[in-house]
Amino acid sequence: MILSKLYKNIFLVTLLSLILTACATQKKVAGPELQGDVYTGTDTVKYLADGVPDRVFFATNESILTTRSRETLRKQAAWLRKNSDVNVVIEGHADERGTREYNLALGERRANAAKDYLMTYGISSNRISVISYGKERPVDSGSNPLSWSKNRRSVTVKAN
Amino acid sequence: MRKLLFFIFLFIIPANSFALITVDITRGNLNPLPIAVSPISSNDKTNSELEKVLKIKDLGSEISKIVENNLKATGLFNPLNKDAFLQEPDISHVKPRFEDWSLIKAQALITGKVELNETKLRVEFRLWDVLAGKEILALAFTTVPKNWRRIGHIITDKVYERLTGEKGYFDTRIIYVAEEGPKTKRIKKLAIMDQDGFNTKYLTLGNELVLTPRFNPTNQMVTYLSYFKNLPRVYLLDIETGIQEVVGDFPGMTFAPRFSPNGKKIIMSFAKDGNSDIYTMDLENRIVEKITNHPAIDTSPSYSPDGKFVTFNSDRSGYQQIYVMKSDGSKVRRISFGKGLYGTPVWSPRGDLIAFTKLHKGKFYIGVMRTDGKGERLLTENYYQEAPSWSPNGRVLIFYRETKSDDKGEGHSTTLWSIDLTGYNERMVKTETDASDPSWSSLLSN
Repeated sequence: MILSKLYKNIFLVTLLSLILTACATQKKVAGPELQGDVYTGTDTVKYLADGVPDRVFFATNESILTTRSRETLRKQAAWLRKNSDVNVVIEGHADERGTREYNLALGERRANAAKDYLMTYGISSNRISVISYGKERPVDSGSNPLSWSKNRRSVTVKAN
Repeated sequence: MRKLLFFIFLFIIPANSFALITVDITRGNLNPLPIAVSPISSNDKTNSELEKVLKIKDLGSEISKIVENNLKATGLFNPLNKDAFLQEPDISHVKPRFEDWSLIKAQALITGKVELNETKLRVEFRLWDVLAGKEILALAFTTVPKNWRRIGHIITDKVYERLTGEKGYFDTRIIYVAEEGPKTKRIKKLAIMDQDGFNTKYLTLGNELVLTPRFNPTNQMVTYLSYFKNLPRVYLLDIETGIQEVVGDFPGMTFAPRFSPNGKKIIMSFAKDGNSDIYTMDLENRIVEKITNHPAIDTSPSYSPDGKFVTFNSDRSGYQQIYVMKSDGSKVRRISFGKGLYGTPVWSPRGDLIAFTKLHKGKFYIGVMRTDGKGERLLTENYYQEAPSWSPNGRVLIFYRETKSDDKGEGHSTTLWSIDLTGYNERMVKTETDASDPSWSSLLSN
């Protein structure tokens, strides 16, 4: 009886450690979606055309375009050059962890960072308008670092 | 709003010259003053006539309840339970038996009488010092019956002023943004209510996003940000007529508006090509002036009460900090040097302090500092809170809080809160819906 109890305990401990390892690996799966605190996943991303993502993501309080963001925007620029009748609105957004008024300014700064990059790749400024929503229109309503990273974004939307 | 002028103040007996009971409001009051608010008396005839007009059974009692709730909410007074009152309201108002009131430990007593003269409501009240056995204040007000709640607020203002030596903040309103719906598609409306949460009115329908409403000094106009036609611009709204107009003709987003202390100018941010600077527009001659000129974000401007200085938020140092400049934009200097980020500076109506929001190590604080940045004092810490607005006497701050959502994005709410400058007496301000961006009016009657 004592022996079987011991076996039972060993079995339980093994099971528990297996579950814990499973949890740990699951957490690691979420890891690669963030680089620093910039979102690199595809969860909320829509496409202007096949292979042309509509949005880029930013670090907290930043409006600097990452290597990946610049790659996305070059794709957008190439697509816009091919579709010269399309005008776009770039929406700038911030996460919920900042004061409302500052976030409006930050969203505007982010949208313009994307606009400027499109312009250096030959897209005329009169085809691009910008609007900041600050923290007013999150795409993910969670209150955690991953949700916030998805919300720090600028999104290029067809205007016509 | 013109109806404010309806009030007629009558001094029945001039207030006594020597100071008796007083309440110290400069520190957290752990021993609130025991005060008896006797129901305001009226005869049966008045009651039945008022019931016909207002559908309220005992108006006198209702008015005294307003006074009682206001006094209680200050944390400085302890209104005593009416069950213990020994003397009838009508007799107390004429000649209180002070022994009876001191027996229940009341130090002050408020009595009153309601009458209906033709179609006008007349309310008189008296404030008595129980220990000294003296009347120390007596006033009467006449107004249209539907203004009855305001009489309760004005009585509180007069009692507060007599006992603390400072103006009250009860006959005031709060303008705020009423919120509903999921976070990703939040519907926001401008709403206005009395300081105690009653008489809520919605000023916009919720068709477009609206943010950050602020009163002008006479409380007749509001400036705010609207996304009307998806063009975020600063607007001006006349509360009485409902007429709205865009402020200025800017080729881009204008935001973070406030009135100058004389109400003649609006100061705000204008964002262009990724840069936000501070501008003013004169409402009479429409002249626009650029006040700051810096590649960093400059926003959340707020005038000093004398109009000579402006405090604002800028990230020119690399992060959000608070600055003060002369109102022409010269002599800019940073005043916040503590750890963390600082935003939403707002100048106290007394002129000596600036209230702000601070973000440090993932927590949000509401605090105050002197106008040179010294003497920083944090009043409250929370998961998220911001945007303090001062009571007209500069003794209380109202702000909003937002709770954390769970990982499904649910369980989120926004609510209004107030806290005394002392850091004591934190309380939720009730609103019909979720609420944010509160702004306190000045005193409606004075």
